Amino acid sequence: MHHVVLERWSRGSSAIHRRDPRAKIAPLLMFLIVLATAHSSLPALAAALFLLLCAALVWARLPLAGAVIRAGIILPFTLVFAAICWLGGDPARGLSLLLKSYLSALAVLLVVSTTPLPVLLRGLEMTGVPRFLLMVAQFLYRYLFVISEEAQHMRIAAASRGGSRSRLRFRAAAGALAVLFARSYGRAEEIHRAMLARGFTGHFRTLGALRFRGTDAGFAVIASLAPALVRVAVERFV
Amino acid sequence: MTQPLIEVHNLRFRYEDGTAALNGVDFRLEAGETVALLGANGSGKTTFVMHLNGLLKGEGSIRVCGMPMEKPNIQAIRGKVGLVFQDSESQLFMPTVLEDVCFGLLNRGLGPEEAAERARAALDTVGMAAAASRAPYHLSAGEKKRVAIAGILAMEPEILVLDEPTTFLDPPGQRALGDLLARLPQAKILVTHDIAFAQAICGRAVFFQNGTIAGEGPVEDIVIHFGWSFALERSKSGI
Repeated sequence: MHHVVLERWSRGSSAIHRRDPRAKIAPLLMFLIVLATAHSSLPALAAALFLLLCAALVWARLPLAGAVIRAGIILPFTLVFAAICWLGGDPARGLSLLLKSYLSALAVLLVVSTTPLPVLLRGLEMTGVPRFLLMVAQFLYRYLFVISEEAQHMRIAAASRGGSRSRLRFRAAAGALAVLFARSYGRAEEIHRAMLARGFTGHFRTLGALRFRGTDAGFAVIASLAPALVRVAVERFV
Repeated sequence: MTQPLIEVHNLRFRYEDGTAALNGVDFRLEAGETVALLGANGSGKTTFVMHLNGLLKGEGSIRVCGMPMEKPNIQAIRGKVGLVFQDSESQLFMPTVLEDVCFGLLNRGLGPEEAAERARAALDTVGMAAAASRAPYHLSAGEKKRVAIAGILAMEPEILVLDEPTTFLDPPGQRALGDLLARLPQAKILVTHDIAFAQAICGRAVFFQNGTIAGEGPVEDIVIHFGWSFALERSKSGI
C-alpha cells in the first residue's frame, strides 16, 4: 500500500527530514500558489519546477523513480477533466490541468515522504489547521490498514464461494461495501468507547511540542523563494 | 470486613432495540481477587463489564472503590477500573505505541514528560519497551495486546478488566499473557471462553446466563456444574 511505503520513507534522516514540519509546510504552500497562478510558458515552468522537485527528492535521499511514479496516482482523476477540456476544444487548459495536478501531487508527496505523519499533523495543528480535521486525518490513516484488511478478507470469502461471474461479482461487491461501512461504523463506536474508558473528554492532548530553530527558518525562506525565483526566471527568459 | 473494590446490586440493562441484556446482576469483587466471567455468547458478560467503567448506564447500583457510579465520579472511576478491550486494534488508535500508552495519562492532566516516563515504565512491565516508537499496526496480535495492557497499567488502576484477553493470541502468546497477568498485583476480572486460561489465572468464576449470574464458585466446580468444558463433552460422547 502507498502509505506503508511513504511512512518508511518519512522515517529517513536527510537534512530535509530533520526540518521542523512548519519549515516544509510554508514552502509547500508557496509552491502550490506559484504553480496555481502560472499561465504563461507553463510547459517550460512545469519542467523547471519538476527538476526542482527532483533535486529535493535526491537531496532527501528518496528513490527518485519511485516517487515520480507514485505521484502519478493523481492522473486518473485529472485525466477525465483534461479529456473533457480537450474534447471541448481547449487542449491547452487540459494540459495545464494535468501538469499542475501532477506537480502538486509530487510536491505534497515530497513533504509527506520527509515528515512522519504524527509530526506533520502536529505541525499543521501549530499552524492553525482545525484540530477536528487533523483528528479525522489521523484516524483515517490509522484505520486504513484495518479497513483494507477487512475488505481483503471479504473479497477472499466471496471468491472462495465462487463469486467469479462479473454481474454476480458486482452485486457481491456492492453488498460487501455496505457490510464494510457497517463494520467501520461499529469499529468507530468501539474506538470511541476505548477512548472514553481512558478518560477522553473531547480534547486531544499530545506529547511534546515542536522546536523551530534558525536552520528551519533559513530552510523555509530559501525553499519558499525557490519556486518563485524559478517562475520569474522562466517567464523572463523563455 | 473490608470494603469490596466493586459492589453491584440488582443491575438491569436493556439495549435501545429492546433486548434485555442484564436482568438483575449482583456481584462483588474483593481486593487482590481474580475472577473469571464465563457464559455463552450474548449472556451479558461484556455488557456487564462495560458498566464497571461507566461506558453503559443501567438501573441498579454500582459502587467502585466506595464511589457510587454517578456522573461526578465517572472520571475517577475510570482511573480505578482499567478496561482492556477484546480487539486491541480498537484500543490502539494513536500513531505510535508511546503516544498510545500516554493517551490516558495526558487525559488525566499529567505533563508530557511525566506521562512519557510512566508510559515507558508500563511498556517495560509488559516487555514492550523496545516498541515505544513503532506504529501499532506493525505489531503482532500478542504485542498489540501487551501494549493495550500497558496503556491501562500506566494509569495505575486498582482493578483490571480484560474482555476475552486470549482472542487472536497463539498458545505462546496466551502463555506469556498468563504469566504477565499472574505477576500484576491488581484485582482482575476476565471475560473469557478459555477455560484452561481461567483455571490457570482465576481463583473464582461467575457464570452468566440470560443476563443474570446463574452460579459462582471455584472455576473447576463452575465448569463442571454448567458442562462448560469442551474436553468434558468429548469424553462424555466417547470421541
